[in-house]
Amino acid sequence: MKEFLLIFRMQVDANAVPPSPEQMQASMKQWQDWLGGLAAQNKLSAAGNRLGMEGSVVKPAGVVTNGPYVEITEVIGGYSIIKADTLEEAAGLAKGCPILAVNGNVEVRQIMTM
Amino acid sequence: MPLQHCGGILFMEENELIPHLFRTEYRKIIAVLCKLFGIEHIEIAEDITSDTFLRASELWGIKGIPENPTAWLYTVAKNKTKDYLKHHSLFSQKIAKDIQHNTITADEIEIDLSGKNINDSELAMMFAICDPCINAEAQIGLALSLLCGFGVEEIADAFLTNKEVIYKRLTRAKQKLKTQCIQIAGPGANDINNRLPLVLVTLYLLFNEGYYSASQNSALRRDFCVEAMRLTLLLAENDTTAKPEVHALLALMCFHASRFEARLNQEAEIILYEDQDETLWNRELIDRGRYYLNLASRGTDVSKYHLEAAIAWWHTNKEDTQEKWEGILQLYNKLLQTAYSPIAALNRTYALAKANGKEQAIAEAEKLQLNSNHLYHSLLGNLYTGLDNKRAVQHYQTAIGLTKSRTVKAALTQTMNRLMY
Repeated sequence: MKEFLLIFRMQVDANAVPPSPEQMQASMKQWQDWLGGLAAQNKLSAAGNRLGMEGSVVKPAGVVTNGPYVEITEVIGGYSIIKADTLEEAAGLAKGCPILAVNGNVEVRQIMTM
Repeated sequence: MPLQHCGGILFMEENELIPHLFRTEYRKIIAVLCKLFGIEHIEIAEDITSDTFLRASELWGIKGIPENPTAWLYTVAKNKTKDYLKHHSLFSQKIAKDIQHNTITADEIEIDLSGKNINDSELAMMFAICDPCINAEAQIGLALSLLCGFGVEEIADAFLTNKEVIYKRLTRAKQKLKTQCIQIAGPGANDINNRLPLVLVTLYLLFNEGYYSASQNSALRRDFCVEAMRLTLLLAENDTTAKPEVHALLALMCFHASRFEARLNQEAEIILYEDQDETLWNRELIDRGRYYLNLASRGTDVSKYHLEAAIAWWHTNKEDTQEKWEGILQLYNKLLQTAYSPIAALNRTYALAKANGKEQAIAEAEKLQLNSNHLYHSLLGNLYTGLDNKRAVQHYQTAIGLTKSRTVKAALTQTMNRLMY
Protein backbone atom coordinates (compact mmCIF):
# COMPACT_ATOMS: atom_id res chain seq x y z
CA MET A 1 0.00 0.00 0.00
CA LYS A 2 1.27 3.47 -0.91
CA GLU A 3 1.07 6.66 1.06
CA PHE A 4 -0.29 9.92 -0.28
CA LEU A 5 0.00 13.44 1.07
CA LEU A 6 -3.22 15.43 0.95
CA ILE A 7 -2.58 19.16 0.79
CA PHE A 8 -5.61 21.26 1.65
CA ARG A 9 -5.71 24.61 -0.13
CA MET A 10 -8.18 27.39 0.35
CA GLN A 11 -8.93 30.89 -0.83
CA VAL A 12 -7.85 33.70 1.42
CA ASP A 13 -10.18 36.60 1.77
CA ALA A 14 -8.81 39.22 4.13
CA ASN A 15 -12.20 40.96 4.23
CA ALA A 16 -14.22 37.88 5.22
CA VAL A 17 -16.14 37.90 8.51
CA PRO A 18 -14.37 35.57 10.95
CA PRO A 19 -16.39 32.43 11.73
CA SER A 20 -18.55 32.31 14.87
CA PRO A 21 -17.74 29.76 17.59
CA GLU A 22 -20.74 27.72 16.40
CA GLN A 23 -19.42 27.71 12.84
CA MET A 24 -15.99 26.71 14.07
CA GLN A 25 -17.54 23.89 16.12
CA ALA A 26 -19.51 22.68 13.10
CA SER A 27 -16.42 22.83 10.91
CA MET A 28 -14.41 20.88 13.49
CA LYS A 29 -17.08 18.18 13.53
CA GLN A 30 -17.02 17.90 9.73
CA TRP A 31 -13.26 17.47 9.74
CA GLN A 32 -13.29 14.98 12.60
CA ASP A 33 -16.11 12.95 11.04
CA TRP A 34 -14.24 12.86 7.74
CA LEU A 35 -10.89 11.88 9.32
CA GLY A 36 -12.69 9.36 11.55
CA GLY A 37 -14.28 7.85 8.46
CA LEU A 38 -10.90 7.46 6.74
CA ALA A 39 -9.44 5.97 9.91
CA ALA A 40 -12.39 3.55 10.18
CA GLN A 41 -11.45 2.26 6.71
CA ASN A 42 -7.86 1.93 7.96
CA LYS A 43 -6.80 4.39 5.25
CA LEU A 44 -5.41 7.14 7.46
CA SER A 45 -1.66 7.17 8.15
CA ALA A 46 -1.54 10.49 9.97
CA ALA A 47 -4.29 12.98 10.68
CA GLY A 48 -1.68 15.67 10.05
CA ASN A 49 -2.12 19.26 11.15
CA ARG A 50 -3.67 22.57 10.36
CA LEU A 51 -1.31 25.41 9.49
CA GLY A 52 -1.37 28.91 10.93
CA MET A 53 -2.28 31.81 8.68
CA GLU A 54 0.92 33.69 9.42
CA GLY A 55 3.99 32.71 7.45
CA SER A 56 7.17 33.75 5.74
CA VAL A 57 8.66 32.86 2.40
CA VAL A 58 12.43 32.70 2.23
CA LYS A 59 13.94 33.43 -1.17
CA PRO A 60 17.47 33.46 -2.57
CA ALA A 61 19.82 36.27 -1.62
CA GLY A 62 18.42 36.53 1.89
CA VAL A 63 15.05 37.87 0.83
CA VAL A 64 12.24 37.07 3.26
CA THR A 65 8.69 38.09 2.52
CA ASN A 66 5.88 38.14 5.02
CA GLY A 67 3.03 35.80 4.33
CA PRO A 68 2.92 33.29 1.53
CA TYR A 69 0.08 35.14 -0.17
CA VAL A 70 1.82 38.06 -1.72
CA GLU A 71 1.66 36.44 -5.12
CA ILE A 72 -0.99 33.79 -4.63
CA THR A 73 -4.60 33.88 -3.52
CA GLU A 74 -4.67 30.28 -2.30
CA VAL A 75 -2.88 29.14 0.84
CA ILE A 76 -2.20 25.74 2.30
CA GLY A 77 -4.49 25.28 5.30
CA GLY A 78 -3.24 21.89 6.40
CA TYR A 79 -2.25 18.37 5.42
CA SER A 80 -2.96 14.71 6.13
CA ILE A 81 -1.35 11.45 5.03
CA ILE A 82 -3.52 8.60 3.76
CA LYS A 83 -2.98 5.03 2.54
CA ALA A 84 -4.19 3.84 -0.87
CA ASP A 85 -3.18 1.41 -3.59
CA THR A 86 -3.43 3.88 -6.46
CA LEU A 87 -3.56 7.60 -7.09
CA GLU A 88 -7.16 7.13 -8.28
CA GLU A 89 -8.15 5.54 -5.00
CA ALA A 90 -6.41 8.29 -3.03
CA ALA A 91 -8.19 10.96 -5.07
CA GLY A 92 -11.49 9.17 -4.43
CA LEU A 93 -10.84 9.27 -0.67
CA ALA A 94 -10.12 13.00 -0.88
CA LYS A 95 -13.57 13.66 -2.40
CA GLY A 96 -15.24 13.80 1.01
CA CYS A 97 -12.88 16.47 2.34
CA PRO A 98 -14.71 19.39 4.04
CA ILE A 99 -12.36 21.92 2.41
CA LEU A 100 -14.27 21.33 -0.84
CA ALA A 101 -17.46 22.68 0.74
CA VAL A 102 -15.79 26.07 1.27
CA ASN A 103 -14.50 26.24 -2.29
CA GLY A 104 -11.04 24.95 -1.44
CA ASN A 105 -9.23 22.06 -3.10
CA VAL A 106 -7.11 19.05 -2.24
CA GLU A 107 -3.84 18.26 -3.95
CA VAL A 108 -3.06 14.54 -3.81
CA ARG A 109 0.60 13.53 -4.14
CA GLN A 110 2.21 10.16 -3.70
CA ILE A 111 4.93 10.07 -1.05
CA MET A 112 8.06 8.56 -2.55
CA THR A 113 10.27 6.51 -0.27
CA MET A 114 14.00 6.19 -0.81
CA MET B 1 -17.25 -6.49 43.34
CA PRO B 2 -14.34 -6.10 45.74
CA LEU B 3 -11.11 -4.91 44.24
CA GLN B 4 -9.06 -6.89 46.67
CA HIS B 5 -9.54 -10.24 48.24
CA CYS B 6 -10.53 -9.74 51.81
CA GLY B 7 -10.38 -11.79 54.98
CA GLY B 8 -13.27 -13.91 56.12
CA ILE B 9 -10.80 -16.72 56.55
CA LEU B 10 -12.05 -17.59 60.02
CA PHE B 11 -15.45 -18.60 58.76
CA MET B 12 -14.22 -20.87 56.03
CA GLU B 13 -14.42 -24.60 56.06
CA GLU B 14 -11.15 -26.42 55.75
CA ASN B 15 -11.93 -27.61 52.23
CA GLU B 16 -12.46 -24.04 51.07
CA LEU B 17 -9.58 -22.58 53.02
CA ILE B 18 -6.65 -24.06 51.15
CA PRO B 19 -7.97 -23.20 47.67
CA HIS B 20 -8.71 -19.70 48.95
CA LEU B 21 -5.24 -19.25 50.41
CA PHE B 22 -3.78 -20.74 47.28
CA ARG B 23 -5.47 -18.01 45.26
CA THR B 24 -4.39 -15.19 47.56
CA GLU B 25 -1.01 -16.31 48.92
CA TYR B 26 0.57 -18.47 46.20
CA ARG B 27 1.26 -15.48 43.95
CA LYS B 28 2.72 -13.45 46.82
CA ILE B 29 5.21 -16.12 47.87
CA ILE B 30 6.12 -16.81 44.23
CA ALA B 31 6.75 -13.13 43.53
CA VAL B 32 8.98 -12.66 46.58
CA LEU B 33 10.99 -15.81 45.86
CA CYS B 34 11.34 -15.07 42.15
CA LYS B 35 12.63 -11.61 42.91
CA LEU B 36 15.07 -13.09 45.44
CA PHE B 37 16.34 -15.88 43.16
CA GLY B 38 16.16 -14.20 39.76
CA ILE B 39 14.35 -15.38 36.66
CA GLU B 40 16.75 -18.26 36.02
CA HIS B 41 15.51 -20.09 39.10
CA ILE B 42 11.83 -19.54 38.57
CA GLU B 43 11.04 -23.29 38.79
CA ILE B 44 12.69 -23.50 42.20
CA ALA B 45 10.45 -20.70 43.41
CA GLU B 46 7.43 -22.55 42.02
CA ASP B 47 8.51 -25.87 43.57
CA ILE B 48 9.07 -24.38 47.01
CA THR B 49 5.72 -22.61 46.91
CA SER B 50 3.84 -25.69 45.70
CA ASP B 51 5.55 -27.83 48.37
CA THR B 52 4.46 -25.36 51.00
CA PHE B 53 0.83 -25.74 50.02
CA LEU B 54 1.19 -29.51 49.74
CA ARG B 55 2.53 -29.63 53.28
CA ALA B 56 -0.36 -27.46 54.48
CA SER B 57 -2.95 -29.77 52.96
CA GLU B 58 -1.27 -32.84 54.50
CA LEU B 59 -0.76 -31.39 57.97
CA TRP B 60 -3.87 -29.29 58.45
CA GLY B 61 -6.04 -32.31 57.71
CA ILE B 62 -4.44 -34.24 60.58
CA LYS B 63 -3.52 -31.57 63.10
CA GLY B 64 -6.19 -29.02 62.38
CA ILE B 65 -5.88 -25.54 60.97
CA PRO B 66 -3.24 -23.36 62.61
CA GLU B 67 -4.27 -20.16 64.35
CA ASN B 68 -2.87 -17.92 61.63
CA PRO B 69 -2.81 -19.97 58.41
CA THR B 70 -1.16 -17.24 56.32
CA ALA B 71 1.69 -16.75 58.79
CA TRP B 72 2.08 -20.53 58.93
CA LEU B 73 2.46 -20.66 55.14
CA TYR B 74 5.02 -17.85 55.16
CA THR B 75 7.08 -19.55 57.88
CA VAL B 76 7.07 -22.87 56.07
CA ALA B 77 7.96 -21.20 52.77
CA LYS B 78 10.84 -19.36 54.44
CA ASN B 79 12.15 -22.55 56.07
CA LYS B 80 11.86 -24.51 52.88
CA THR B 81 13.76 -21.81 51.05
CA LYS B 82 16.56 -21.78 53.61
CA ASP B 83 16.66 -25.56 53.52
CA TYR B 84 16.90 -25.52 49.79
CA LEU B 85 19.65 -22.95 49.78
CA LYS B 86 21.63 -24.94 52.37
CA HIS B 87 21.43 -28.22 50.55
CA HIS B 88 21.97 -27.10 47.04
CA SER B 89 24.93 -25.62 45.34
CA LEU B 90 22.56 -22.91 44.14
CA PHE B 91 23.29 -20.93 47.26
CA SER B 92 27.06 -20.88 47.04
CA GLN B 93 27.20 -20.61 43.26
CA LYS B 94 24.51 -18.20 42.44
CA ILE B 95 22.29 -16.66 45.04
CA ALA B 96 24.93 -15.67 47.55
CA LYS B 97 27.15 -14.24 44.87
CA ASP B 98 24.37 -12.31 43.23
CA ILE B 99 22.52 -10.84 46.11
CA GLN B 100 24.66 -10.79 49.16
CA HIS B 101 28.24 -10.64 47.91
CA ASN B 102 29.13 -14.11 49.21
CA THR B 103 29.61 -13.04 52.79
CA ILE B 104 26.66 -14.59 54.57
CA THR B 105 25.20 -18.03 55.13
CA ALA B 106 21.79 -19.30 54.09
CA ASP B 107 20.40 -18.76 57.57
CA GLU B 108 21.13 -15.08 57.42
CA ILE B 109 19.29 -14.50 54.16
CA GLU B 110 16.16 -12.58 54.79
CA ILE B 111 13.06 -13.77 53.04
CA ASP B 112 10.92 -10.70 53.36
CA LEU B 113 7.20 -11.47 53.18
CA SER B 114 6.07 -8.09 54.40
CA GLY B 115 3.20 -6.38 52.58
CA LYS B 116 5.52 -3.80 51.10
CA ASN B 117 8.00 -6.30 49.74
CA ILE B 118 5.16 -8.43 48.36
CA ASN B 119 3.82 -5.42 46.46
CA ASP B 120 7.29 -4.44 45.24
CA SER B 121 7.97 -8.01 44.12
CA GLU B 122 4.67 -8.31 42.30
CA LEU B 123 5.33 -5.02 40.54
CA ALA B 124 8.80 -6.19 39.55
CA MET B 125 7.37 -9.49 38.28
CA MET B 126 4.75 -7.64 36.27
CA PHE B 127 7.45 -5.68 34.46
CA ALA B 128 9.57 -8.83 33.93
CA ILE B 129 6.73 -10.87 32.45
CA CYS B 130 5.66 -8.15 30.03
CA ASP B 131 8.85 -8.46 28.05
CA PRO B 132 8.51 -8.14 24.28
CA CYS B 133 10.61 -11.32 23.83
CA ILE B 134 7.46 -13.36 24.51
CA ASN B 135 4.15 -12.91 22.71
CA ALA B 136 1.03 -11.37 24.19
CA GLU B 137 -0.77 -14.69 24.64
CA ALA B 138 2.17 -16.10 26.60
CA GLN B 139 2.42 -12.91 28.68
CA ILE B 140 -1.23 -13.22 29.67
CA GLY B 141 -0.70 -16.90 30.47
CA LEU B 142 2.29 -16.13 32.68
CA ALA B 143 0.47 -13.26 34.34
CA LEU B 144 -2.47 -15.54 35.14
CA SER B 145 -0.17 -18.25 36.45
CA LEU B 146 2.50 -16.30 38.35
CA LEU B 147 0.81 -12.99 39.21
CA CYS B 148 -2.70 -14.24 39.83
CA GLY B 149 -2.17 -17.83 41.01
CA PHE B 150 -4.53 -19.48 38.51
CA GLY B 151 -3.97 -23.16 37.78
CA VAL B 152 -3.13 -24.51 34.33
CA GLU B 153 -6.60 -26.04 34.13
CA GLU B 154 -8.35 -22.71 34.76
CA ILE B 155 -6.18 -20.93 32.21
CA ALA B 156 -6.92 -23.67 29.66
CA ASP B 157 -10.64 -23.27 30.37
CA ALA B 158 -10.50 -19.53 29.69
CA PHE B 159 -8.56 -19.94 26.45
CA LEU B 160 -10.86 -22.82 25.40
CA THR B 161 -7.94 -25.18 24.99
CA ASN B 162 -6.43 -28.10 26.90
CA LYS B 163 -3.98 -28.24 29.80
CA GLU B 164 -1.10 -29.56 27.71
CA VAL B 165 -1.23 -26.61 25.34
CA ILE B 166 -1.15 -24.13 28.23
CA TYR B 167 1.54 -26.06 30.07
CA LYS B 168 3.76 -26.00 27.00
CA ARG B 169 3.07 -22.34 26.39
CA LEU B 170 4.05 -21.41 29.94
CA THR B 171 7.18 -23.56 29.92
CA ARG B 172 8.32 -22.10 26.64
CA ALA B 173 7.68 -18.55 27.84
CA LYS B 174 9.65 -19.10 31.06
CA GLN B 175 12.51 -20.62 29.07
CA LYS B 176 12.53 -17.57 26.83
CA LEU B 177 12.65 -15.17 29.79
CA LYS B 178 15.58 -17.18 31.19
CA THR B 179 17.61 -17.18 28.00
CA GLN B 180 17.06 -13.45 27.67
CA CYS B 181 18.22 -13.01 31.30
CA ILE B 182 15.27 -10.76 32.11
CA GLN B 183 15.84 -8.93 35.38
CA ILE B 184 13.23 -9.02 38.12
CA ALA B 185 13.80 -5.67 39.72
CA GLY B 186 11.76 -2.72 40.86
CA PRO B 187 11.01 -0.72 37.74
CA GLY B 188 13.29 2.29 37.30
CA ALA B 189 12.36 5.51 35.53
CA ASN B 190 13.53 4.12 32.18
CA ASP B 191 11.55 0.90 32.56
CA ILE B 192 8.47 2.88 33.35
CA ASN B 193 8.73 4.86 30.14
CA ASN B 194 9.60 1.86 27.97
CA ARG B 195 7.77 -0.95 29.64
CA LEU B 196 4.67 0.56 31.18
CA PRO B 197 2.79 0.60 27.85
CA LEU B 198 3.47 -3.15 27.46
CA VAL B 199 2.38 -3.84 31.03
CA LEU B 200 -0.84 -1.92 30.41
CA VAL B 201 -1.54 -3.82 27.19
CA THR B 202 -1.19 -7.11 29.07
CA LEU B 203 -3.49 -5.96 31.87
CA TYR B 204 -5.99 -4.66 29.30
CA LEU B 205 -5.95 -8.01 27.47
CA LEU B 206 -6.20 -9.89 30.75
CA PHE B 207 -9.30 -7.90 31.65
CA ASN B 208 -10.78 -8.48 28.19
CA GLU B 209 -10.02 -12.18 28.44
CA GLY B 210 -12.37 -12.22 31.41
CA TYR B 211 -14.88 -9.76 30.01
CA TYR B 212 -15.28 -11.08 26.48
CA SER B 213 -14.11 -14.69 26.84
CA ALA B 214 -16.17 -17.34 25.07
CA SER B 215 -15.78 -19.54 28.16
CA GLN B 216 -19.07 -20.42 29.88
CA ASN B 217 -17.44 -20.33 33.30
CA SER B 218 -18.71 -16.94 34.45
CA ALA B 219 -17.19 -17.14 37.95
CA LEU B 220 -13.75 -17.68 36.47
CA ARG B 221 -14.22 -14.88 33.94
CA ARG B 222 -15.16 -12.55 36.74
CA ASP B 223 -12.06 -13.58 38.68
CA PHE B 224 -9.90 -12.67 35.68
CA CYS B 225 -11.41 -9.19 35.62
CA VAL B 226 -10.94 -8.76 39.37
CA GLU B 227 -7.30 -9.82 39.07
CA ALA B 228 -6.65 -7.45 36.16
CA MET B 229 -8.14 -4.65 38.27
CA ARG B 230 -6.11 -5.63 41.32
CA LEU B 231 -2.86 -5.49 39.33
CA THR B 232 -3.81 -2.17 37.73
CA LEU B 233 -4.63 -0.82 41.18
CA LEU B 234 -1.18 -1.93 42.30
CA LEU B 235 0.29 0.31 39.58
CA ALA B 236 -2.12 3.14 40.44
CA GLU B 237 -1.17 3.07 44.11
CA ASN B 238 2.57 3.05 43.52
CA ASP B 239 4.02 6.55 43.23
CA THR B 240 6.46 5.68 40.46
CA THR B 241 3.90 3.98 38.22
CA ALA B 242 0.78 6.05 38.95
CA LYS B 243 0.70 7.66 35.49
CA PRO B 244 -2.40 9.18 33.88
CA GLU B 245 -2.80 6.25 31.48
CA VAL B 246 -2.79 3.84 34.43
CA HIS B 247 -5.66 5.74 36.01
CA ALA B 248 -7.43 5.86 32.64
CA LEU B 249 -7.14 2.08 32.25
CA LEU B 250 -8.42 1.55 35.78
CA ALA B 251 -11.36 3.89 35.09
CA LEU B 252 -12.15 1.92 31.92
CA MET B 253 -12.10 -1.35 33.87
CA CYS B 254 -14.36 0.08 36.60
CA PHE B 255 -16.95 1.29 34.07
CA HIS B 256 -16.98 -2.04 32.24
CA ALA B 257 -17.03 -4.07 35.43
CA SER B 258 -19.99 -2.03 36.68
CA ARG B 259 -22.12 -3.83 34.08
CA PHE B 260 -20.88 -7.29 34.94
CA GLU B 261 -24.07 -8.39 36.72
CA ALA B 262 -26.33 -6.91 34.07
CA ARG B 263 -24.63 -8.25 30.98
CA LEU B 264 -24.87 -12.01 31.53
CA ASN B 265 -28.01 -14.03 32.13
CA GLN B 266 -28.35 -17.24 34.18
CA GLU B 267 -26.90 -19.25 31.31
CA ALA B 268 -23.87 -16.93 31.08
CA GLU B 269 -25.17 -15.59 27.77
CA ILE B 270 -24.56 -11.99 26.79
CA ILE B 271 -27.41 -9.54 27.30
CA LEU B 272 -27.03 -6.64 24.88
CA TYR B 273 -26.49 -3.15 26.28
CA GLU B 274 -29.94 -1.91 25.17
CA ASP B 275 -31.66 -4.82 26.91
CA GLN B 276 -29.75 -4.57 30.19
CA ASP B 277 -31.51 -3.84 33.47
CA GLU B 278 -29.64 -0.72 34.54
CA THR B 279 -30.66 -1.15 38.19
CA LEU B 280 -28.16 -4.02 38.15
CA TRP B 281 -25.32 -1.68 37.19
CA ASN B 282 -22.91 -1.24 40.08
CA ARG B 283 -23.07 2.44 41.06
CA GLU B 284 -20.10 2.18 43.38
CA LEU B 285 -17.85 1.00 40.55
CA ILE B 286 -19.18 3.75 38.29
CA ASP B 287 -18.24 6.30 40.96
CA ARG B 288 -14.78 4.78 41.32
CA GLY B 289 -14.41 4.90 37.56
CA ARG B 290 -15.20 8.61 37.60
CA TYR B 291 -12.72 9.15 40.38
CA TYR B 292 -9.93 7.48 38.39
CA LEU B 293 -10.96 9.23 35.18
CA ASN B 294 -10.54 12.54 37.02
CA LEU B 295 -7.08 11.50 38.18
CA ALA B 296 -6.29 10.47 34.59
CA SER B 297 -7.10 13.96 33.36
CA ARG B 298 -3.97 15.42 34.97
CA GLY B 299 -1.38 16.23 32.36
CA THR B 300 -1.85 16.62 28.64
CA ASP B 301 -1.46 13.05 27.36
CA VAL B 302 -4.50 11.41 25.86
CA SER B 303 -3.95 7.67 25.53
CA LYS B 304 -6.28 5.17 23.94
CA TYR B 305 -7.28 4.21 27.49
CA HIS B 306 -8.43 7.77 28.11
CA LEU B 307 -10.59 7.67 24.99
CA GLU B 308 -12.00 4.24 25.75
CA ALA B 309 -12.67 5.18 29.37
CA ALA B 310 -14.51 8.32 28.23
CA ILE B 311 -16.61 6.24 25.82
CA ALA B 312 -17.36 3.78 28.62
CA TRP B 313 -18.32 6.72 30.85
CA TRP B 314 -20.91 7.91 28.30
CA HIS B 315 -22.33 4.41 28.33
CA THR B 316 -22.98 4.64 32.06
CA ASN B 317 -25.85 7.01 31.13
CA LYS B 318 -28.38 4.80 29.46
CA GLU B 319 -30.56 7.62 28.16
CA ASP B 320 -30.20 8.24 24.41
CA THR B 321 -29.39 11.89 23.76
CA GLN B 322 -27.89 13.71 20.80
CA GLU B 323 -25.15 15.02 23.09
CA LYS B 324 -24.23 11.52 24.24
CA TRP B 325 -23.93 10.03 20.75
CA GLU B 326 -22.13 13.08 19.37
CA GLY B 327 -19.69 12.74 22.29
CA ILE B 328 -19.18 9.03 21.63
CA LEU B 329 -18.76 9.61 17.86
CA GLN B 330 -16.02 12.20 18.39
CA LEU B 331 -14.21 9.91 20.85
CA TYR B 332 -14.30 7.05 18.34
CA ASN B 333 -13.05 9.43 15.62
CA LYS B 334 -10.06 10.19 17.85
CA LEU B 335 -9.58 6.58 18.94
CA LEU B 336 -9.40 5.40 15.33
CA GLN B 337 -6.89 8.12 14.50
CA THR B 338 -4.77 6.83 17.40
CA ALA B 339 -5.04 3.16 16.46
CA TYR B 340 -7.22 1.29 13.96
CA SER B 341 -9.19 -1.75 14.99
CA PRO B 342 -12.15 -3.34 13.18
CA ILE B 343 -14.24 -3.33 16.35
CA ALA B 344 -13.65 0.42 16.87
CA ALA B 345 -14.54 1.03 13.21
CA LEU B 346 -17.85 -0.82 13.65
CA ASN B 347 -18.67 0.91 16.93
CA ARG B 348 -17.85 4.28 15.39
CA THR B 349 -20.28 3.59 12.55
CA TYR B 350 -23.02 2.71 15.06
CA ALA B 351 -22.38 6.01 16.87
CA LEU B 352 -22.42 7.79 13.50
CA ALA B 353 -25.91 6.39 12.84
CA LYS B 354 -27.10 7.63 16.23
CA ALA B 355 -25.50 11.08 15.83
CA ASN B 356 -25.77 11.81 12.09
CA GLY B 357 -28.51 9.45 10.90
CA LYS B 358 -28.71 5.98 9.38
CA GLU B 359 -28.31 6.99 5.71
CA GLN B 360 -24.88 8.48 6.25
CA ALA B 361 -23.89 5.57 8.47
CA ILE B 362 -24.87 3.00 5.82
CA ALA B 363 -22.75 4.79 3.21
CA GLU B 364 -19.80 4.82 5.61
CA ALA B 365 -20.39 1.23 6.74
CA GLU B 366 -20.25 -0.04 3.17
CA LYS B 367 -16.76 1.43 2.78
CA LEU B 368 -15.44 -0.60 5.73
CA GLN B 369 -15.16 -3.83 3.72
CA LEU B 370 -15.21 -6.12 6.73
CA ASN B 371 -17.20 -8.69 4.78
CA SER B 372 -16.01 -11.75 6.66
CA ASN B 373 -16.85 -10.26 10.08
CA HIS B 374 -20.22 -11.31 11.50
CA LEU B 375 -20.43 -8.10 13.56
CA TYR B 376 -20.17 -6.08 10.33
CA HIS B 377 -23.23 -7.81 8.90
CA SER B 378 -25.10 -7.51 12.22
CA LEU B 379 -24.41 -3.77 12.12
CA LEU B 380 -25.66 -3.46 8.52
CA GLY B 381 -28.71 -5.52 9.48
CA ASN B 382 -29.38 -3.07 12.28
CA LEU B 383 -28.83 -0.01 10.05
CA TYR B 384 -31.08 -1.25 7.24
CA THR B 385 -33.87 -2.12 9.66
CA GLY B 386 -36.80 0.21 8.97
CA LEU B 387 -35.21 1.54 5.77
CA ASP B 388 -34.95 -1.65 3.75
CA ASN B 389 -35.99 -4.70 5.76
CA LYS B 390 -35.23 -7.13 2.94
CA ARG B 391 -31.59 -6.09 2.91
CA ALA B 392 -31.54 -6.11 6.69
CA VAL B 393 -32.65 -9.76 6.66
CA GLN B 394 -29.97 -10.63 4.09
CA HIS B 395 -27.28 -9.14 6.29
CA TYR B 396 -28.59 -10.92 9.38
CA GLN B 397 -28.54 -14.20 7.44
CA THR B 398 -24.93 -13.62 6.40
CA ALA B 399 -24.01 -12.79 10.02
CA ILE B 400 -25.69 -15.99 11.27
CA GLY B 401 -23.70 -17.98 8.71
CA LEU B 402 -20.41 -16.38 9.78
CA THR B 403 -20.57 -16.66 13.56
CA LYS B 404 -19.48 -19.83 15.31
CA SER B 405 -21.14 -18.95 18.60
CA ARG B 406 -24.47 -20.69 19.18
CA THR B 407 -25.74 -17.96 21.52
CA VAL B 408 -24.95 -15.24 18.97
CA LYS B 409 -26.69 -17.26 16.24
CA ALA B 410 -29.76 -17.61 18.43
CA ALA B 411 -29.88 -13.90 19.28
CA LEU B 412 -29.47 -12.85 15.63
CA THR B 413 -32.13 -15.30 14.47
CA GLN B 414 -34.55 -13.85 16.99
CA THR B 415 -33.86 -10.29 15.79
CA MET B 416 -34.18 -11.34 12.15
CA ASN B 417 -37.44 -13.18 12.72
CA ARG B 418 -38.99 -10.04 14.15
CA LEU B 419 -38.36 -8.37 10.78
CA MET B 420 -39.83 -11.20 8.76
CA TYR B 421 -43.17 -11.67 10.48
